[in-house]
Amino acid sequence: MIHLFSLDDMYFVIDTNSGLVHAADEVIYDLLTDENFKYGDKVELIKQKFGKETTEEAISEINYLIVNDMLYTEDVNPQNKIKTAVKAMCLNMTHDCNLRCEYCFASQGSYNGKRSFLSFETGKRAFDFLVKNSGTRRNLEVDFFGGEPLMNFETIKKLVSYGRSLEKEYKKHFRFTTTTNGVLLDDEKIDYLNENMANVVLSIDGRKSVNDRMRRTVNGKGSYDIIVDNLRNFVSKRMDKDYFARGTFTSYNLDFSQDVKHMRELGFDKISVEPVVAKPEEKYALNEEHLEVLKKEYEKLTKFYVDSYKDKDKRFQFFHFNIDLDGGPCIYKRSIGCGAGTEYIAVTPNGDFYPCHQFVGQEDFIIGNVDDGITNDKIVDKIRKVSVNEKPVCKDCWAKYYCSGGCHANAYNFNGDFNIPYKVGCELEKKRIECSIYIKAKINNKE
Amino acid sequence: MIHIKTLNKTKLTDNMNAKGCGECQTSCQSACKTSCTVGNQKCENK
Repeated sequence: MIHLFSLDDMYFVIDTNSGLVHAADEVIYDLLTDENFKYGDKVELIKQKFGKETTEEAISEINYLIVNDMLYTEDVNPQNKIKTAVKAMCLNMTHDCNLRCEYCFASQGSYNGKRSFLSFETGKRAFDFLVKNSGTRRNLEVDFFGGEPLMNFETIKKLVSYGRSLEKEYKKHFRFTTTTNGVLLDDEKIDYLNENMANVVLSIDGRKSVNDRMRRTVNGKGSYDIIVDNLRNFVSKRMDKDYFARGTFTSYNLDFSQDVKHMRELGFDKISVEPVVAKPEEKYALNEEHLEVLKKEYEKLTKFYVDSYKDKDKRFQFFHFNIDLDGGPCIYKRSIGCGAGTEYIAVTPNGDFYPCHQFVGQEDFIIGNVDDGITNDKIVDKIRKVSVNEKPVCKDCWAKYYCSGGCHANAYNFNGDFNIPYKVGCELEKKRIECSIYIKAKINNKE
Repeated sequence: MIHIKTLNKTKLTDNMNAKGCGECQTSCQSACKTSCTVGNQKCENK
Protein backbone atom coordinates (compact mmCIF):
# COMPACT_ATOMS: atom_id res chain seq x y z
CA MET A 1 0.00 0.00 0.00
CA ILE A 2 1.31 3.46 -0.82
CA HIS A 3 0.05 6.98 -0.26
CA LEU A 4 0.87 9.87 -2.57
CA PHE A 5 0.52 13.50 -1.63
CA SER A 6 1.87 16.87 -2.61
CA LEU A 7 2.22 19.95 -0.49
CA ASP A 8 3.51 23.30 -1.65
CA ASP A 9 6.22 22.46 -4.20
CA MET A 10 7.00 18.96 -2.96
CA TYR A 11 5.77 15.45 -3.76
CA PHE A 12 5.85 12.45 -1.43
CA VAL A 13 5.24 8.72 -1.46
CA ILE A 14 4.67 6.83 1.77
CA ASP A 15 5.12 3.08 1.70
CA THR A 16 2.80 2.15 4.56
CA ASN A 17 4.09 -1.28 5.50
CA SER A 18 7.81 -0.48 5.59
CA GLY A 19 7.23 3.03 6.94
CA LEU A 20 9.55 4.41 4.27
CA VAL A 21 8.88 7.94 3.11
CA HIS A 22 10.19 9.01 -0.28
CA ALA A 23 10.44 12.60 -1.42
CA ALA A 24 9.81 12.50 -5.15
CA ASP A 25 9.29 14.75 -8.12
CA GLU A 26 6.27 15.31 -10.30
CA VAL A 27 7.14 12.65 -12.85
CA ILE A 28 7.29 9.99 -10.12
CA TYR A 29 4.05 11.31 -8.68
CA ASP A 30 2.32 11.01 -12.05
CA LEU A 31 3.75 7.56 -12.71
CA LEU A 32 2.65 6.22 -9.33
CA THR A 33 -0.84 7.75 -9.48
CA ASP A 34 -3.18 4.82 -10.17
CA GLU A 35 -0.04 2.77 -10.90
CA ASN A 36 0.26 4.52 -14.27
CA PHE A 37 3.81 3.26 -14.69
CA LYS A 38 2.36 -0.18 -15.45
CA TYR A 39 0.20 0.87 -18.39
CA GLY A 40 1.68 1.65 -21.80
CA ASP A 41 -0.84 4.24 -22.97
CA LYS A 42 -0.62 6.19 -19.73
CA VAL A 43 3.17 6.07 -19.78
CA GLU A 44 3.04 7.53 -23.29
CA LEU A 45 1.08 10.51 -22.00
CA ILE A 46 3.61 11.01 -19.20
CA LYS A 47 6.46 10.81 -21.70
CA GLN A 48 4.80 13.57 -23.71
CA LYS A 49 4.71 15.70 -20.59
CA PHE A 50 8.20 15.07 -19.19
CA GLY A 51 10.17 13.59 -22.10
CA LYS A 52 11.04 9.99 -22.92
CA GLU A 53 14.41 9.83 -21.19
CA THR A 54 13.23 11.40 -17.95
CA THR A 55 10.17 9.16 -17.78
CA GLU A 56 12.15 5.97 -18.40
CA GLU A 57 14.72 7.00 -15.82
CA ALA A 58 11.94 7.55 -13.29
CA ILE A 59 10.35 4.17 -14.09
CA SER A 60 13.67 2.45 -13.51
CA GLU A 61 13.91 4.17 -10.09
CA ILE A 62 10.42 2.97 -9.21
CA ASN A 63 11.37 -0.57 -10.23
CA TYR A 64 14.55 -0.36 -8.16
CA LEU A 65 12.49 0.51 -5.07
CA ILE A 66 10.03 -2.29 -5.71
CA VAL A 67 12.74 -4.91 -6.20
CA ASN A 68 14.49 -3.75 -3.02
CA ASP A 69 11.35 -3.89 -0.85
CA MET A 70 11.03 -0.14 -0.52
CA LEU A 71 7.76 0.38 -2.36
CA TYR A 72 4.54 -1.64 -2.45
CA THR A 73 5.90 -3.80 0.34
CA GLU A 74 3.75 -6.51 1.88
CA ASP A 75 2.22 -6.05 5.31
CA VAL A 76 4.06 -8.17 7.87
CA ASN A 77 0.87 -8.11 9.96
CA PRO A 78 2.72 -7.99 13.27
CA GLN A 79 1.20 -10.13 15.97
CA ASN A 80 1.06 -8.67 19.44
CA LYS A 81 4.54 -9.46 20.66
CA ILE A 82 4.20 -6.85 23.38
CA LYS A 83 2.83 -8.58 26.48
CA THR A 84 0.65 -5.88 27.89
CA ALA A 85 0.82 -4.96 31.56
CA VAL A 86 -0.60 -1.90 33.24
CA LYS A 87 2.28 0.55 33.41
CA ALA A 88 0.65 3.94 33.08
CA MET A 89 -1.94 5.63 35.20
CA CYS A 90 -4.00 8.74 34.91
CA LEU A 91 -4.66 9.66 38.51
CA ASN A 92 -7.66 11.94 38.85
CA MET A 93 -6.54 13.99 41.85
CA THR A 94 -9.79 15.89 41.89
CA HIS A 95 -13.18 15.61 40.39
CA ASP A 96 -13.45 19.31 40.83
CA CYS A 97 -12.07 22.34 39.06
CA ASN A 98 -11.57 26.04 39.64
CA LEU A 99 -12.57 26.78 36.04
CA ARG A 100 -15.76 25.98 34.16
CA CYS A 101 -14.58 25.45 30.60
CA GLU A 102 -17.52 25.05 28.29
CA TYR A 103 -16.08 22.21 26.22
CA CYS A 104 -14.72 20.21 29.17
CA PHE A 105 -15.18 16.49 28.53
CA ALA A 106 -15.11 16.03 32.30
CA SER A 107 -18.30 18.07 32.84
CA GLN A 108 -16.39 21.07 34.22
CA GLY A 109 -14.33 18.77 36.39
CA SER A 110 -17.05 16.74 38.09
CA TYR A 111 -17.26 13.90 35.54
CA ASN A 112 -21.03 13.99 36.04
CA GLY A 113 -20.63 12.96 39.66
CA LYS A 114 -20.05 14.41 43.09
CA ARG A 115 -17.17 16.89 43.32
CA SER A 116 -14.42 15.07 45.22
CA PHE A 117 -10.67 14.77 45.91
CA LEU A 118 -8.45 11.71 45.77
CA SER A 119 -7.05 10.83 49.20
CA PHE A 120 -3.46 9.84 49.86
CA GLU A 121 -4.69 6.36 50.94
CA THR A 122 -6.49 5.75 47.65
CA GLY A 123 -3.52 7.06 45.65
CA LYS A 124 -1.17 4.87 47.65
CA ARG A 125 -3.24 1.78 46.85
CA ALA A 126 -3.27 2.77 43.19
CA PHE A 127 0.55 2.97 43.23
CA ASP A 128 0.76 -0.41 44.96
CA PHE A 129 -1.43 -1.88 42.22
CA LEU A 130 0.78 -0.32 39.57
CA VAL A 131 4.11 -1.60 40.85
CA LYS A 132 2.67 -5.09 41.38
CA ASN A 133 0.90 -5.35 38.03
CA SER A 134 3.44 -3.84 35.67
CA GLY A 135 5.31 -7.09 35.09
CA THR A 136 8.80 -6.58 33.75
CA ARG A 137 8.23 -2.96 32.76
CA ARG A 138 10.67 -0.64 34.44
CA ASN A 139 9.28 2.73 33.36
CA LEU A 140 5.98 3.55 35.00
CA GLU A 141 4.02 6.69 34.20
CA VAL A 142 1.68 8.55 36.48
CA ASP A 143 -0.15 11.62 35.26
CA PHE A 144 -1.70 13.78 37.96
CA PHE A 145 -4.90 14.86 36.29
CA GLY A 146 -8.34 16.16 37.18
CA GLY A 147 -10.38 18.35 37.23
CA GLU A 148 -7.60 20.59 38.39
CA PRO A 149 -4.92 18.49 40.12
CA LEU A 150 -3.20 21.40 41.85
CA MET A 151 -6.31 21.84 44.03
CA ASN A 152 -4.99 18.67 45.70
CA PHE A 153 -1.32 19.67 45.70
CA GLU A 154 -0.36 18.35 49.14
CA THR A 155 -1.54 14.87 48.19
CA ILE A 156 0.45 15.02 44.96
CA LYS A 157 3.59 15.75 46.98
CA LYS A 158 2.94 12.85 49.34
CA LEU A 159 2.26 10.48 46.45
CA VAL A 160 5.42 11.48 44.60
CA SER A 161 7.44 10.71 47.74
CA TYR A 162 5.61 7.42 48.16
CA GLY A 163 6.24 6.48 44.53
CA ARG A 164 9.95 7.21 44.86
CA SER A 165 10.06 5.04 47.98
CA LEU A 166 8.78 2.07 45.95
CA GLU A 167 11.29 2.38 43.13
CA LYS A 168 14.20 0.54 44.67
CA GLU A 169 12.25 -2.35 46.14
CA TYR A 170 10.32 -3.03 42.94
CA LYS A 171 13.09 -2.00 40.49
CA LYS A 172 10.84 0.57 38.85
CA HIS A 173 11.22 4.12 37.70
CA PHE A 174 8.28 6.49 38.05
CA ARG A 175 7.85 9.21 35.48
CA PHE A 176 5.48 11.79 36.89
CA THR A 177 3.60 14.30 34.78
CA THR A 178 0.77 16.70 35.40
CA THR A 179 -1.79 18.74 33.52
CA THR A 180 -2.85 22.08 34.98
CA ASN A 181 -4.93 25.09 34.04
CA GLY A 182 -2.39 27.35 35.75
CA VAL A 183 -4.79 29.14 38.11
CA LEU A 184 -2.96 27.97 41.25
CA LEU A 185 0.58 28.04 39.85
CA ASP A 186 2.55 30.04 42.40
CA ASP A 187 6.32 30.01 42.95
CA GLU A 188 6.22 27.16 45.44
CA LYS A 189 4.26 24.90 43.10
CA ILE A 190 6.34 25.92 40.10
CA ASP A 191 9.56 24.96 41.85
CA TYR A 192 8.09 21.68 42.97
CA LEU A 193 6.73 20.76 39.55
CA ASN A 194 9.96 21.72 37.84
CA GLU A 195 11.88 19.46 40.13
CA ASN A 196 9.55 16.48 40.14
CA MET A 197 7.56 16.34 36.92
CA ALA A 198 9.05 14.92 33.73
CA ASN A 199 6.43 16.75 31.71
CA VAL A 200 3.86 19.39 32.52
CA VAL A 201 0.92 20.24 30.29
CA LEU A 202 -0.28 23.83 30.67
CA SER A 203 -3.76 24.56 29.39
CA ILE A 204 -4.31 27.77 27.43
CA ASP A 205 -6.21 28.14 24.17
CA GLY A 206 -4.23 30.97 22.59
CA ARG A 207 -5.58 34.46 21.97
CA LYS A 208 -7.35 36.08 24.92
CA SER A 209 -10.70 36.26 23.13
CA VAL A 210 -10.48 32.60 22.09
CA ASN A 211 -9.34 31.42 25.51
CA ASP A 212 -11.94 33.42 27.40
CA ARG A 213 -14.85 32.30 25.26
CA MET A 214 -14.41 28.72 26.46
CA ARG A 215 -12.17 28.79 29.51
CA ARG A 216 -14.08 30.69 32.14
CA THR A 217 -14.00 31.01 35.91
CA VAL A 218 -16.72 29.77 38.21
CA ASN A 219 -18.20 33.28 38.00
CA GLY A 220 -18.25 33.20 34.22
CA LYS A 221 -15.30 35.54 33.65
CA GLY A 222 -12.43 34.86 31.27
CA SER A 223 -9.38 33.07 32.71
CA TYR A 224 -6.65 34.45 30.41
CA ASP A 225 -5.55 37.30 32.66
CA ILE A 226 -5.43 34.98 35.67
CA ILE A 227 -3.28 32.31 34.07
CA VAL A 228 -1.04 33.89 31.47
CA ASP A 229 1.63 35.29 33.79
CA ASN A 230 1.61 32.12 35.89
CA LEU A 231 2.24 29.99 32.82
CA ARG A 232 5.00 32.27 31.54
CA ASN A 233 6.61 32.31 34.95
CA PHE A 234 6.51 28.53 35.00
CA VAL A 235 8.10 28.21 31.56
CA SER A 236 10.81 30.75 32.37
CA LYS A 237 11.97 28.41 35.14
CA ARG A 238 11.47 25.14 33.29
CA MET A 239 14.98 25.08 31.76
CA ASP A 240 15.23 22.23 29.24
CA LYS A 241 12.65 19.92 30.80
CA ASP A 242 9.56 18.95 28.84
CA TYR A 243 6.35 20.88 28.98
CA PHE A 244 3.59 21.74 26.53
CA ALA A 245 1.41 24.80 26.39
CA ARG A 246 -1.70 23.04 25.22
CA GLY A 247 -4.82 24.49 23.69
CA THR A 248 -8.03 23.17 22.26
CA PHE A 249 -9.56 24.55 19.10
CA THR A 250 -13.26 24.47 18.31
CA SER A 251 -15.56 25.61 15.52
CA TYR A 252 -15.22 29.11 17.03
CA ASN A 253 -11.53 29.37 16.13
CA LEU A 254 -11.04 27.47 12.90
CA ASP A 255 -8.13 29.89 12.35
CA PHE A 256 -6.26 28.18 15.18
CA SER A 257 -2.85 28.80 13.60
CA GLN A 258 -3.31 32.35 14.91
CA ASP A 259 -3.56 30.89 18.40
CA VAL A 260 -0.35 28.94 17.94
CA LYS A 261 1.32 32.17 16.79
CA HIS A 262 -0.01 33.96 19.83
CA MET A 263 1.31 31.26 22.13
CA ARG A 264 4.70 31.52 20.45
CA GLU A 265 4.63 35.29 20.98
CA LEU A 266 3.95 34.69 24.66
CA GLY A 267 7.27 32.85 24.78
CA PHE A 268 6.08 29.24 24.71
CA ASP A 269 8.29 27.08 22.55
CA LYS A 270 6.58 23.71 23.07
CA ILE A 271 3.03 23.97 21.88
CA SER A 272 0.17 21.61 21.26
CA VAL A 273 -3.20 22.78 19.97
CA GLU A 274 -5.74 20.07 19.41
CA PRO A 275 -9.23 19.60 18.01
CA VAL A 276 -12.06 19.60 20.53
CA VAL A 277 -13.85 16.35 21.11
CA ALA A 278 -17.54 17.09 21.50
CA LYS A 279 -20.94 15.73 20.68
CA PRO A 280 -21.88 16.70 17.12
CA GLU A 281 -24.86 18.74 18.29
CA GLU A 282 -22.72 21.15 20.32
CA LYS A 283 -22.27 24.53 18.61
CA TYR A 284 -18.52 24.44 19.18
CA ALA A 285 -18.11 20.88 17.81
CA LEU A 286 -15.98 20.18 14.77
CA ASN A 287 -17.85 18.36 12.05
CA GLU A 288 -17.11 17.08 8.57
CA GLU A 289 -18.17 20.43 7.09
CA HIS A 290 -15.14 22.05 8.78
CA LEU A 291 -12.59 19.63 7.41
CA GLU A 292 -11.46 21.51 4.32
CA VAL A 293 -10.97 24.76 6.24
CA LEU A 294 -9.09 22.95 8.98
CA LYS A 295 -6.78 21.20 6.54
CA LYS A 296 -5.89 24.56 4.99
CA GLU A 297 -5.28 25.88 8.49
CA TYR A 298 -2.79 23.09 9.16
CA GLU A 299 -1.01 24.17 5.96
CA LYS A 300 -0.86 27.74 7.24
CA LEU A 301 0.56 26.47 10.50
CA THR A 302 3.09 24.40 8.58
CA LYS A 303 4.27 27.49 6.75
CA PHE A 304 4.58 29.40 10.01
CA TYR A 305 6.53 26.50 11.49
CA VAL A 306 8.97 26.32 8.57
CA ASP A 307 9.41 30.10 8.50
CA SER A 308 10.06 30.17 12.24
CA TYR A 309 12.65 27.45 11.87
CA LYS A 310 14.86 29.78 9.85
CA ASP A 311 15.63 31.77 12.97
CA LYS A 312 16.99 29.79 15.94
CA ASP A 313 15.34 32.15 18.41
CA LYS A 314 11.92 31.73 16.83
CA ARG A 315 11.87 27.95 16.52
CA PHE A 316 9.27 25.94 18.42
CA GLN A 317 7.94 22.43 18.73
CA PHE A 318 4.38 21.68 17.71
CA PHE A 319 3.40 18.39 19.32
CA HIS A 320 1.62 16.93 16.34
CA PHE A 321 4.39 17.87 13.95
CA ASN A 322 6.92 15.84 15.94
CA ILE A 323 7.88 12.91 13.79
CA ASP A 324 11.00 10.80 13.93
CA LEU A 325 11.15 8.75 10.76
CA ASP A 326 13.92 6.49 12.05
CA GLY A 327 13.63 6.54 15.84
CA GLY A 328 9.89 6.40 16.52
CA PRO A 329 8.03 3.50 18.07
CA CYS A 330 8.43 -0.01 16.69
CA ILE A 331 5.83 -1.67 14.50
CA TYR A 332 4.47 -3.68 17.43
CA LYS A 333 3.70 -0.56 19.40
CA ARG A 334 2.19 1.00 16.30
CA SER A 335 -0.10 -2.01 15.94
CA ILE A 336 -1.55 -2.17 19.43
CA GLY A 337 -2.52 1.47 19.74
CA CYS A 338 -2.89 3.75 22.71
CA GLY A 339 -3.03 1.00 25.35
CA ALA A 340 -6.21 2.19 27.07
CA GLY A 341 -7.41 -0.46 29.48
CA THR A 342 -4.47 -2.74 28.83
CA GLU A 343 -1.39 -0.64 29.57
CA TYR A 344 -3.07 2.50 30.78
CA ILE A 345 -5.89 3.07 33.25
CA ALA A 346 -7.57 6.06 34.85
CA VAL A 347 -8.21 6.09 38.59
CA THR A 348 -10.99 8.16 40.15
CA PRO A 349 -11.00 9.75 43.62
CA ASN A 350 -13.12 6.87 44.94
CA GLY A 351 -10.63 4.35 43.60
CA ASP A 352 -12.46 3.05 40.52
CA PHE A 353 -10.47 2.04 37.45
CA TYR A 354 -11.55 3.02 33.93
CA PRO A 355 -9.84 2.14 30.61
CA CYS A 356 -8.83 5.80 30.26
CA HIS A 357 -9.73 9.28 31.44
CA GLN A 358 -12.19 9.76 28.57
CA PHE A 359 -14.45 7.00 29.91
CA VAL A 360 -14.55 8.23 33.50
CA GLY A 361 -18.12 8.76 34.66
CA GLN A 362 -19.57 6.16 32.28
CA GLU A 363 -20.05 3.50 34.94
CA ASP A 364 -20.51 0.65 32.48
CA PHE A 365 -16.82 1.09 31.77
CA ILE A 366 -15.54 0.56 35.31
CA ILE A 367 -12.93 -2.19 34.93
CA GLY A 368 -11.87 -2.57 38.57
CA ASN A 369 -10.74 -0.66 41.62
CA VAL A 370 -7.75 -0.08 43.89
CA ASP A 371 -8.82 -2.83 46.30
CA ASP A 372 -9.66 -5.66 43.91
CA GLY A 373 -7.55 -4.76 40.88
CA ILE A 374 -8.92 -5.44 37.39
CA THR A 375 -12.25 -7.20 37.77
CA ASN A 376 -14.03 -6.59 34.46
CA ASP A 377 -11.99 -8.62 31.97
CA LYS A 378 -14.82 -8.47 29.46
CA ILE A 379 -14.20 -4.81 28.62
CA VAL A 380 -10.43 -5.15 28.81
CA ASP A 381 -10.51 -8.09 26.38
CA LYS A 382 -12.78 -6.21 24.05
CA ILE A 383 -10.35 -3.30 23.88
CA ARG A 384 -7.33 -5.58 23.63
CA LYS A 385 -8.74 -7.12 20.47
CA VAL A 386 -9.15 -3.77 18.74
CA SER A 387 -5.81 -3.53 16.98
CA VAL A 388 -5.26 -1.43 13.90
CA ASN A 389 -5.09 -4.48 11.66
CA GLU A 390 -8.42 -5.76 12.98
CA LYS A 391 -10.45 -2.63 12.36
CA PRO A 392 -12.04 -2.78 8.91
CA VAL A 393 -11.62 0.95 8.24
CA CYS A 394 -8.05 1.05 9.51
CA LYS A 395 -6.42 -2.03 8.06
CA ASP A 396 -6.43 -0.60 4.54
CA CYS A 397 -5.60 2.96 5.59
CA TRP A 398 -2.16 4.33 4.71
CA ALA A 399 -1.89 6.15 8.05
CA LYS A 400 -2.47 3.11 10.27
CA TYR A 401 1.07 2.89 11.62
CA TYR A 402 1.11 6.58 12.55
CA CYS A 403 -2.17 6.85 14.46
CA SER A 404 -2.36 3.22 15.48
CA GLY A 405 -6.10 3.21 15.06
CA GLY A 406 -6.96 6.41 16.87
CA CYS A 407 -8.65 7.06 20.17
CA HIS A 408 -10.93 4.24 21.42
CA ALA A 409 -13.03 6.68 23.42
CA ASN A 410 -13.68 8.84 20.39
CA ALA A 411 -14.62 5.76 18.38
CA TYR A 412 -17.03 4.62 21.05
CA ASN A 413 -18.48 8.04 21.82
CA PHE A 414 -19.15 8.87 18.18
CA ASN A 415 -19.98 5.52 16.69
CA GLY A 416 -20.85 3.31 19.64
CA ASP A 417 -18.21 0.87 18.44
CA PHE A 418 -14.49 0.59 19.22
CA ASN A 419 -13.98 -0.70 15.69
CA ILE A 420 -15.23 2.38 13.88
CA PRO A 421 -12.87 5.33 14.26
CA TYR A 422 -13.99 8.94 14.57
CA LYS A 423 -13.84 10.28 11.03
CA VAL A 424 -13.05 13.93 11.71
CA GLY A 425 -10.19 12.82 13.97
CA CYS A 426 -8.85 10.51 11.24
CA GLU A 427 -8.92 13.16 8.53
CA LEU A 428 -7.15 15.73 10.70
CA GLU A 429 -4.58 13.20 11.82
CA LYS A 430 -3.79 12.30 8.21
CA LYS A 431 -3.34 15.95 7.35
CA ARG A 432 -1.00 16.45 10.32
CA ILE A 433 1.11 13.48 9.23
CA GLU A 434 1.46 14.93 5.73
CA CYS A 435 2.43 18.32 7.15
CA SER A 436 4.97 16.71 9.50
CA ILE A 437 6.62 14.83 6.66
CA TYR A 438 6.74 17.95 4.51
CA ILE A 439 8.37 19.85 7.39
CA LYS A 440 10.91 17.10 7.87
CA ALA A 441 11.88 17.19 4.20
CA LYS A 442 11.90 20.97 4.02
CA ILE A 443 14.04 21.40 7.11
CA ASN A 444 16.43 18.56 6.19
CA ASN A 445 16.97 20.20 2.82
CA LYS A 446 18.07 23.37 4.55
CA GLU A 447 20.48 21.71 6.96
CA MET B 1 18.59 8.28 -7.69
CA ILE B 2 17.57 11.47 -9.41
CA HIS B 3 13.84 11.50 -8.98
CA ILE B 4 13.46 9.95 -5.52
CA LYS B 5 15.10 10.67 -2.21
CA THR B 6 14.24 8.32 0.65
CA LEU B 7 13.93 10.23 3.91
CA ASN B 8 14.39 7.32 6.35
CA LYS B 9 17.45 5.23 6.97
CA THR B 10 15.55 2.30 8.47
CA LYS B 11 12.32 0.44 7.83
CA LEU B 12 9.65 -0.40 10.39
CA THR B 13 10.25 -4.02 9.52
CA ASP B 14 14.01 -4.01 10.15
CA ASN B 15 15.33 -6.05 13.04
CA MET B 16 11.88 -7.01 14.32
CA ASN B 17 13.21 -9.62 16.75
CA ALA B 18 14.90 -6.94 18.85
CA LYS B 19 11.77 -4.82 19.13
CA GLY B 20 8.57 -4.86 21.11
CA CYS B 21 9.87 -4.27 24.66
CA GLY B 22 6.84 -2.14 25.57
CA GLU B 23 8.85 0.37 27.60
CA CYS B 24 7.78 3.33 25.47
CA GLN B 25 5.53 6.06 26.74
CA THR B 26 1.80 5.54 26.68
CA SER B 27 0.60 7.87 23.98
CA CYS B 28 -2.07 9.68 25.95
CA GLN B 29 0.37 10.52 28.74
CA SER B 30 2.11 13.09 26.58
CA ALA B 31 0.41 16.26 25.53
CA CYS B 32 -2.73 15.13 23.88
CA LYS B 33 -5.24 13.33 26.10
CA THR B 34 -7.73 13.49 23.25
CA SER B 35 -6.13 12.72 19.90
CA CYS B 36 -4.16 9.53 19.75
CA THR B 37 -0.94 9.79 17.80
CA VAL B 38 1.45 6.95 18.34
CA GLY B 39 3.87 7.68 15.49
CA ASN B 40 5.32 10.75 17.16
CA GLN B 41 6.32 8.99 20.37
CA LYS B 42 9.90 8.10 21.22
CA CYS B 43 11.38 4.60 21.31
CA GLU B 44 12.94 3.76 24.70
CA ASN B 45 14.86 0.81 23.33
CA LYS B 46 17.75 2.35 21.44
